[in-house]
Amino acid sequence: MVPLSLYLVLSGILFACGVTGFLIKRNIITIFMSIELMLNGVNLSFVAFAAKWQNLSGQVFVFFVMVVAAAEAAVGLAIIIAVFRTRETLNIDQVNLLKL
Amino acid sequence: MTPNLHLWLIPILPLVGAAINGLLGKRFSRQLVATVALAFSGAAFAMSLWVAARFSSLPLPHVETIGTWLRSGAFSADFSFYLDQLSLVMLLVVTGVGFLIHIYSVGYMWEEGGFYRFFSYLNLFMFFMLTLVLASNYLLMFIGWEGVGLASYLLIGFWFTKDSAAAAGKKAFIVNRIGDFGFLIALFLMIKHFGSLDFQKVFEAAKPFAAETMGIGFLSAIALLLMVGAAGKSAQIPLYVWLPDAMEGPTPVSALIHAATMVTAGVYMVARSHVIFERAPSTLMVVAIIGALTAFFAATIGIAQTDIKKVLAYSTISQLGYMFLACGVAAFSAGIFHLMTHAFFKGLLFLAAGSVIHAVGGEQDMRKMGGLRKQIPVTFWTMTFGTFAIAGIPPLAGFFSKDEILWRAYQASWVYWLVGAVTAFITSFYMFRLWFMTFFGEYRGAAGASHGHEEHTNDARARVSAPHGHGSHGGIHESPKVMLVPLIILAVLSIIGGWIGVPGSLGGSNRFDKFLGPVFRSSAPAVNPERAQSGEAAPPEQTTEGAEPKTGPATELIFTGISVALAFLGLFLAWLLYQRRPELPDLIVARFHGLYSSVAHKYWIDEMYSAILVRPLITLSRVVLWRTVDQGLIDGTLDASADSARELSDEVRHMQSGNVRSYAGWVAIGATGVIAYMVWVGTK
Amino acid sequence: MLHLILFSVFGLICVGGAVNLLVQRHPINSALSLVVVMGSLAVEYLLLGAEFVAAVQVIVYAGAIMVLFVFVIMLLNAGEEEHTQGSRVATLVGIPGMLAAAVMICWALIRSQQGSVALGVTPESTKAFGNPADIAQLLFHDFLLPFEVTSILVLIAIMGAVVLAARPGTVQETKKEG
Repeated sequence: MVPLSLYLVLSGILFACGVTGFLIKRNIITIFMSIELMLNGVNLSFVAFAAKWQNLSGQVFVFFVMVVAAAEAAVGLAIIIAVFRTRETLNIDQVNLLKL
Repeated sequence: MTPNLHLWLIPILPLVGAAINGLLGKRFSRQLVATVALAFSGAAFAMSLWVAARFSSLPLPHVETIGTWLRSGAFSADFSFYLDQLSLVMLLVVTGVGFLIHIYSVGYMWEEGGFYRFFSYLNLFMFFMLTLVLASNYLLMFIGWEGVGLASYLLIGFWFTKDSAAAAGKKAFIVNRIGDFGFLIALFLMIKHFGSLDFQKVFEAAKPFAAETMGIGFLSAIALLLMVGAAGKSAQIPLYVWLPDAMEGPTPVSALIHAATMVTAGVYMVARSHVIFERAPSTLMVVAIIGALTAFFAATIGIAQTDIKKVLAYSTISQLGYMFLACGVAAFSAGIFHLMTHAFFKGLLFLAAGSVIHAVGGEQDMRKMGGLRKQIPVTFWTMTFGTFAIAGIPPLAGFFSKDEILWRAYQASWVYWLVGAVTAFITSFYMFRLWFMTFFGEYRGAAGASHGHEEHTNDARARVSAPHGHGSHGGIHESPKVMLVPLIILAVLSIIGGWIGVPGSLGGSNRFDKFLGPVFRSSAPAVNPERAQSGEAAPPEQTTEGAEPKTGPATELIFTGISVALAFLGLFLAWLLYQRRPELPDLIVARFHGLYSSVAHKYWIDEMYSAILVRPLITLSRVVLWRTVDQGLIDGTLDASADSARELSDEVRHMQSGNVRSYAGWVAIGATGVIAYMVWVGTK
Repeated sequence: MLHLILFSVFGLICVGGAVNLLVQRHPINSALSLVVVMGSLAVEYLLLGAEFVAAVQVIVYAGAIMVLFVFVIMLLNAGEEEHTQGSRVATLVGIPGMLAAAVMICWALIRSQQGSVALGVTPESTKAFGNPADIAQLLFHDFLLPFEVTSILVLIAIMGAVVLAARPGTVQETKKEG
């Protein structure tokens, strides 16, 4: 039997790695992938709790999260392509026209 | 049933004249302006005469209230006018001499710019002075007090484009204000102790108090502060410095304001407040000392002056000193008597000096005059009477009034008498010096017999500011009749004006003293056993002759003789130095160079004031208050807060970097904070 | 016991993949690491008795989304990362902050002793815990509205992706013609 807290610790580690990746990576696509990592971590904790409380709603929610993640990935990558066309770079530090 | 004399009309009529001339006079012709001014001031004079005529049938004091003014808790002050013998004397002097000077001014100022403005100011002055004299409470009197200061400022600086005139006006007003500060504090003390500023209420409340012979109580404080105010207004030490500078104004102004009426307001106020002063013997001593000292001090300066108006200015300060000396020895009616005769002869002297200046085309330096008596005879003779009067030569007016003061001063202390007598000698000397230098000898000036265009001592030629330009007339000529008639009238008054105050020792009945008696009588403080011995205490009875506690009429005659002898001695000395052996003055100057230099520089008092008071004050204002406090502190605080706001936003704007990762970083920090809080709450 | 071993092994693979994603410089390596993470997560789901979710994870996440990522990386020909200045805030404050948050969470969780989680199969039940029939029941009855909304969301996402990624001018031409 695996203690629930271990699953949650794993979920937390994944989430932390996702945030860290978001902060230190410069390539936009990599940053997106970090976001997916974060979402996966969250999914894991949903499923873990669903198993704990024997309530399938947790898994259904994971379903929805995945759908949203897919939509977001599609649109986000489309945006990245559009940005790449105009800026000719995938370096997020160069997409900074909104600075003061 | 007290009849209503409509006293309020007396001040208001000149005010109406001032308003008409001030608002509309620019469009009037000179004749119309003059007519308006003379009509209203003449009407005031006529009303005063009418009041005088009905005076004997009035119950006194006669008070008329025309309206309420202030009601504040227990304190109230009304617009009410007060008439008794003292006010009547002042009223007649102010309106009479004032009216004569108005007439004179028509001729004197005829060719000046700003004619209507001059008469507007002159009438305005009359309004304020009459308010001062007729007021029934200290507050209304203070209005008049301040108002005459204002009118004085306006008239001294009449030729305002001239820097020295504008500066003199400012100096007069500011020094006056210092005195007014003392006056105000005295009023506050009066309200505190008596609850009112009304004359009758204050004096009734003050009467029960005994004389404060032990040290200084509140009555002495009030009296002392009132004296500060009087010293400012009446040019006594230490606040006299404005009066010589005030000679920058036109000569009629000098005559009216700075000789006959305004400067006497201080004496009037002290006389009016005699109830308080009698109960403050230490202050009375201060008053007498200031008066005596000022008289002597100013007289010594007068002997070295070369400007004819400055000599008369210092002479005025000196004679005012006599009046305060009289008040200081509680001889109030003697002081008022001298005030009246002084108004006559000093007004005459100033007007005649103006006539002289007019004759020689604007020259005021006596060294450039001389031998004028044949060319301007009327002026010469009227001025002669004025000079004899001020020197105290009988039977002219100045002799009787000055002599009474000296006699009363002797009864208080022989020191006062000595100072007064020496001053009388010096007065006689410098007045006759003036007389000789101006009218006798050879003419040393530049105004030729034919037309000439003189260099004036004052330069500005602007239309509004030309001080008595006179080039086109040419030659030394007598003044027009409109200027001579007032001179003659004042000369007559200088001759006969003293005859109503002939003392008993000389065979008269001193009607003036008797007339003013009821005002100053019955106000004596509680009997004090030391009073009879100490020389400084005030003798309680101010009335008639025969009440001298010390010596009899024979002694008085001796002193009278001494006074006359001193007057003639002064005449002789002046004749010697300026007529007979004119080389002597230069030798004396060379011999006593240091002494003469300090006298000629007025003992450097102005320079001392400038160094001790004026310049530090200006430096304080400029460096401390302006640069440090205003610019540095106040502006600095505002600027600093604005700057700090700008710097803060300058720092904060770096957060808006457009860099996605830094935004993410901030979000991460925020999320960490929230998580930490929730963990903390959850695990508590 | 077996559960624990399986959990640990695939947990470590998962974490290793995540760290590798951070460390790698070329985005394609990061993408492949992410696929590894997805796969190991699918095993974790199986351990938790969520078969359907595990299957969907592999099909959708690893099979569709990550493929999309790889396609885009190849399309854009993204090279190795450059070293630009970046944000000081992110590196200096964000990372330590997040690590601190993670540590805090782990510490809180371990302390709370939630108890153990078993596999989905128990001797009493006839069906598995996360079987599709039960999930479908929930999905189409209780969560019908979110389901429908999500389908619209997907539709919009598709349209958005098409419009955004289209070559400039392409959309206008098709509109003119059509």
